[in-house]
Amino acid sequence: MPSHQVFKAQELVYELKIGDIMTRRLISVTPEATMREVKQVLRDQRISGLLVMRGEQLVGIVSIEDLIRSLENDDLDAPASRYMSTMIHTIGEQESAVRAVKAFAQAAVGRLPVMDEGGRLVGILTPGDITRGVLKALERAYYEEEIRRYRVRHVFEDISSDRTSLILRYDVAVRDFNRAGRASSQLKQTLVRLGVDPRAVRRVAVVSYEAEMNIVIHSSSGGYLVAEITPELIAILAHDSGPGIDDVRAAMEPGWSTAPDWIREMGFGAGMGLVNIKATADEMYLDSWPRQGTKLEAVIYLKPKEGTTVDDPEGNH
Amino acid sequence: MILKAIIEALELRVVAGAKHTDVEVTGGYTADLLSCAMAGAAAGNLWITLQSHLNVVAVASLNELAGVIVTEGRPIAAETADKAEEEGVVLLQTRLTSYEVAGRLWALGVQ
Repeated sequence: MPSHQVFKAQELVYELKIGDIMTRRLISVTPEATMREVKQVLRDQRISGLLVMRGEQLVGIVSIEDLIRSLENDDLDAPASRYMSTMIHTIGEQESAVRAVKAFAQAAVGRLPVMDEGGRLVGILTPGDITRGVLKALERAYYEEEIRRYRVRHVFEDISSDRTSLILRYDVAVRDFNRAGRASSQLKQTLVRLGVDPRAVRRVAVVSYEAEMNIVIHSSSGGYLVAEITPELIAILAHDSGPGIDDVRAAMEPGWSTAPDWIREMGFGAGMGLVNIKATADEMYLDSWPRQGTKLEAVIYLKPKEGTTVDDPEGNH
Repeated sequence: MILKAIIEALELRVVAGAKHTDVEVTGGYTADLLSCAMAGAAAGNLWITLQSHLNVVAVASLNELAGVIVTEGRPIAAETADKAEEEGVVLLQTRLTSYEVAGRLWALGVQ
């Protein structure tokens, strides 16, 4: 099971209520029933323990272990009351399944009678019920997530137009290193949701992250990132309103940067951002003038462009 | 190799993301430049670096890295650890240098 499902299972153990996963069918014998009768009921019902009830009153639990003791003593005609355990641990119907997990670990019992808020016996719980309950809930959660993904993936098919695109816009604040990367993260999550090929998602992540960091590091008053998503391509536009790049050709050289030392010390400003974008995207356009803004556009194709051949299916250019 | 086994073998301190150490490590990458890590580290890789600030988490998360090993005992701010926990990024710390960590990982078969 992938680790995220293990965590989901752990979460569910907290969310599930005992009442949702317990067995409601109560199988009981009277205290006077013989161990021979107990053996018969356990065998017929294919269960490993029984409630011992006097009328409405729960007086004990008799299990296979108790039956074995009576067999060892050659004492099958003894009443259940002689072998049953009377130390009864119970659990509330409204309690979370995790309480039961703990109770089973601590009390070394194989089943717990379940009581409602009024103290009435309403069910019985075994470790198997917890496993089944969690698996069922996991299945339900998985199914719901799949439906959601399916709907998002087919969003383009349900819209009629000559050309449909989804446009996402993210504002990027200047010098806000605490939130840097937020736009790229959110864009990436959206693309995963949309079912975009993971290799394309990775390329978009590289491009959007570098473009976002350029605005964070270099712009005078922040800017924004726009991603236009179509079934054929993803275009990323990064705009800011200044200060502009003095020498665009130099800016495209690996290692060229105007970042101050304190930013370089953080591992940014190494002059690799634009180089990475150019290497990663299928197309890149950079338009910048001193004292005006910078406009960067990068395109990543999701399908090969008509008339071209894809010689690198890995997307590593 | 599973990340948990690497953590034990190299006696790494788990600063965040302890719940996510059951993953297969697909390789490693060493760099202190974030752009290099962004371009060069692949999904499932361990990133060995001296950087320990908040943006390391964003790069690790965007790249779906198995984890980040911060070397030479560089301090990791609480807000970085919190962010990593929130994003499910495994953040590890060691007194070893990046060179030593890479060497040991290579010797363990993480290549």
